[in-house]
Amino acid sequence: MKKWILHIACVFIFICSSCSNESVETYVATPSPLQIPQLFEDNILNPVIPIDNPQTIEGIALGKKLFFDPILSADNSQACADCHAPENAFSDTDRFSDGIDGIRGNRNSMPLFNLAWNYDEKFFWDGSSFSLEHQAFVPVSDPIEMKSSWTELETELQQHPEYPNLFQQAFSTSKIDSTLVTKAIAQFERTLISSNSKFDKFLLGKATLTPQELNGFNVFMDEAKGDCFHCHGSDKNPLWTDNIFHNNGLDTVITDLGLGEVTGDPADNGKFKSPSLRNLAFTAPYMHDGRFATLDEVINHYSEGLQNSPTIDPLIKKVTQGGVKLSSQDKADLKAFLLSLSDFDFISNPNFLNQ
Amino acid sequence: MTKATLILFTCLLLISCSQDNDDNINQVNATFRFTHSWDELSVSNADFNKIKYTNANGEQLSITKLRYLISKITFQKSNGEKIILEGYNLVDVTNNTNLSFTPSATIPSGNYSHVYFTFGFDNNANYNNNYQDLNSVSWIVPAILGGGYHFMQLEGKFINNTGAETGYAYHVIRAVDNSKIPQEFQDTFFVVDLGAVSIENNSTFNIEMNIAEWFKNPNTWDLNILNNALMFNFNAQIMMFENRQNVFSLKSVTP
Repeated sequence: MKKWILHIACVFIFICSSCSNESVETYVATPSPLQIPQLFEDNILNPVIPIDNPQTIEGIALGKKLFFDPILSADNSQACADCHAPENAFSDTDRFSDGIDGIRGNRNSMPLFNLAWNYDEKFFWDGSSFSLEHQAFVPVSDPIEMKSSWTELETELQQHPEYPNLFQQAFSTSKIDSTLVTKAIAQFERTLISSNSKFDKFLLGKATLTPQELNGFNVFMDEAKGDCFHCHGSDKNPLWTDNIFHNNGLDTVITDLGLGEVTGDPADNGKFKSPSLRNLAFTAPYMHDGRFATLDEVINHYSEGLQNSPTIDPLIKKVTQGGVKLSSQDKADLKAFLLSLSDFDFISNPNFLNQ
Repeated sequence: MTKATLILFTCLLLISCSQDNDDNINQVNATFRFTHSWDELSVSNADFNKIKYTNANGEQLSITKLRYLISKITFQKSNGEKIILEGYNLVDVTNNTNLSFTPSATIPSGNYSHVYFTFGFDNNANYNNNYQDLNSVSWIVPAILGGGYHFMQLEGKFINNTGAETGYAYHVIRAVDNSKIPQEFQDTFFVVDLGAVSIENNSTFNIEMNIAEWFKNPNTWDLNILNNALMFNFNAQIMMFENRQNVFSLKSVTP
């Protein structure tokens, strides 16, 4: 009888120790839900988080490491952050960014923030990429950007001294593939939330605007003047973009088809995504092709530089006269307001820097 | 608990369940399906972006965007009793979404003397709520115009009197006269009465918006004069309101 009890005890201890070993091997990443700013929570719909890519501490950390790591490029010379610099609200001061061979594209690098609130999930200036994960997939293998082969990159990451363990922690597997790489980068990018501009603080009752900034806001919201709010958000839409595609009257002859190239519909020719007006202090040059070096040039364009074309947006007024011809004072005020949307905490947030 | 009490309690439970089932049988869903026309021509987003319509004033035009808000669907009995279905629907013809709206609440089957909805929001709904979904699709009206929300955005191009293609933005909001201090407002939301209906089962109300009517009656709309910045134009908003009368019609009620 005593021997029988001893055998049972041995089996029980063996089972317990086996279970213990399994729990060590199966690392479960720690959930890290997005911290939704109050103005976002109060005024707009919840962010889009894919069911198959929840935010986790380990996934975000891995994504950040990948974002700043030149290993993603074919010759290990270029990271995502090279064209999406934190100090520029994750955009590029160059009109056109150059890839690893020094070849430049034909679009200005888009800033990266508040991306989880892009409800239609169409990314890039022309909406050619659906989902943030897919967007992250594209530049890595683009022949004039990072020019990597995903197969080779997966091998390189797999042989790296740190990455297999980091993927194990983030995704419970050390087998690295492009899907997991882009999932991690997307998780990091979704944490890039900008919500602490002077105007945000004003809306929260924590700052006071100057009379010039206040008048600039009125110009922005006045349908007969700036009429910016139909496409660029408002005090009730803290994204400061509709994330929709418009032809804003840049050219008479459309050479870059934009959305039209993606949809094949001529009615979409010359349409590009409305960029957010947050962080304009850091994101020059402006427009999809970076043609305007300063905000003054942008305002002058809408005021008196409009060019007609078949797909120009109906909301663009007085096109034959070049625009609504804002007064010098209104232009200056509008600029002051627009700059109040810049979030200095965002560009210095240590969570977003390579450190 | 005695045996008798237990039997009594069980019987009570069974009877209650039976009554619930009877109630459910009489509850039906109402779906509101919106179609669109330009007089006799049907209109969908496939027709957008083409100059193919002529308004009452003779201007050729296209539609590039059409979306509008309906709310407060109400079923009224002949004795005056009303069932108001909470919620609202932003019909988005451009993106072919929300053309059909089924409120989550059901209604008892039976005869109704009036079924109606509100085009836009009444003032209570317009000013006393912050709608995250509508804010997210840039549907607000600026605070300098009193705030609240758009009722309709109809946009497109027309051939103006010099032969040039020009944009128009026919946006309907609550009329506000900004030249007055304090601002003066006039309501422009309106009730669309679909008339009397008898409903026995789940039913779909097929409602048509004739877009041409917005330009027609009683005000013949001249796009050369009124094409843009109309939200700030009190008189234009009143004219839009006046042109509402034949915009909507009930085409059928189908199972």
